Amino acid sequence: MSRKLELIVLAIVLVFTVQFLYMSSTTDAEYGGADGEAEGVIEEITGGTYEPIADPIWEPPSGEIESLLFGLQAAIGAGIIGYFLGYYRAKNLYESGAAYKGKSRDSETHS
Amino acid sequence: MHVMEGFLPTPWWQIWFAISIPVIAFGIYKMNKLVSEKREILPLLAVAGAFIFVLSSLKLPSVTGSCSHPTGTGVAAIIFGPAISAVLGTIVLLYQALFLAHGGLTTLGANVFSMGIVGPVVAYLVYKAGMKAKLNFFLVVFLAATLGDWATYVVTSVELALAFPDPTGGFVASFGRFATVFAVTQVPLAIMEGAVTALLFKYVINVKSDILVELKVVEESVVRKLRGISA
Repeated sequence: MSRKLELIVLAIVLVFTVQFLYMSSTTDAEYGGADGEAEGVIEEITGGTYEPIADPIWEPPSGEIESLLFGLQAAIGAGIIGYFLGYYRAKNLYESGAAYKGKSRDSETHS
Repeated sequence: MHVMEGFLPTPWWQIWFAISIPVIAFGIYKMNKLVSEKREILPLLAVAGAFIFVLSSLKLPSVTGSCSHPTGTGVAAIIFGPAISAVLGTIVLLYQALFLAHGGLTTLGANVFSMGIVGPVVAYLVYKAGMKAKLNFFLVVFLAATLGDWATYVVTSVELALAFPDPTGGFVASFGRFATVFAVTQVPLAIMEGAVTALLFKYVINVKSDILVELKVVEESVVRKLRGISA
């Protein structure tokens, strides 16, 4: 299986990582959420007169709990994706009988 | 891209609900029909939904010095179309509104409109146009997911600018300010989302291309060509 696409994606991720490392060490950007920044803009535009018409029914009591729930969200998603891609892959292998030969159909040639 | 709880005054939050609810209802109808006709698509539907779960939980730093997250709706939009994507997007938005105080219940309509409807519609149209133009499959997926993600954030800016026009500059001035926060921050993240989406499609094509052909997402000839190259 060609790894060209993986390499391209890796390169894109690396560019952003390097950019982030450079930015975060040379500037004092806070890296807060864009949603919160929009709140600030609303306040400026309305002159701080806007009162939200509703409050969240429940808020994570701390940043740690919030991270926990975000992590949980990602974990659930990643688990489902991994399960089904693996399920399909193994199914294909068995149906083609290739598994018994110890070699997959789209075998790793790393070309 | 979430409009926070309570941050859309009347009548705007009702308006966005009025627009979004029919689309969600149609999406649920379409999804039920598809699942009862072709049960074998269920795992793929789960993967598309799970992809939204993963990507929208990753708050990434951007060049503007603030953080935002991708939407991940490109996969669902390309495979199942915008209506079903709206349903999947709503599930994720509800999770975040209820457990993370991220977005909100009153602003759910507006958030579904931007992330669940406009983003997927843009992704879907870009995908169809790109495939028609016979561009490279992965490039088309990349463009579709990137532009769909970005459109979501532009729409969020529009929603906020409509509700909060600038006292002197009106809608345009206000839109400019919100777009600076959302749309500009989102450019690098949209590119990353496009790249990761293309990668997921590579794996789906590798293990389960027959469903994609059956759903008329890709043509048999495209699959054969892709496998010829990558297999």
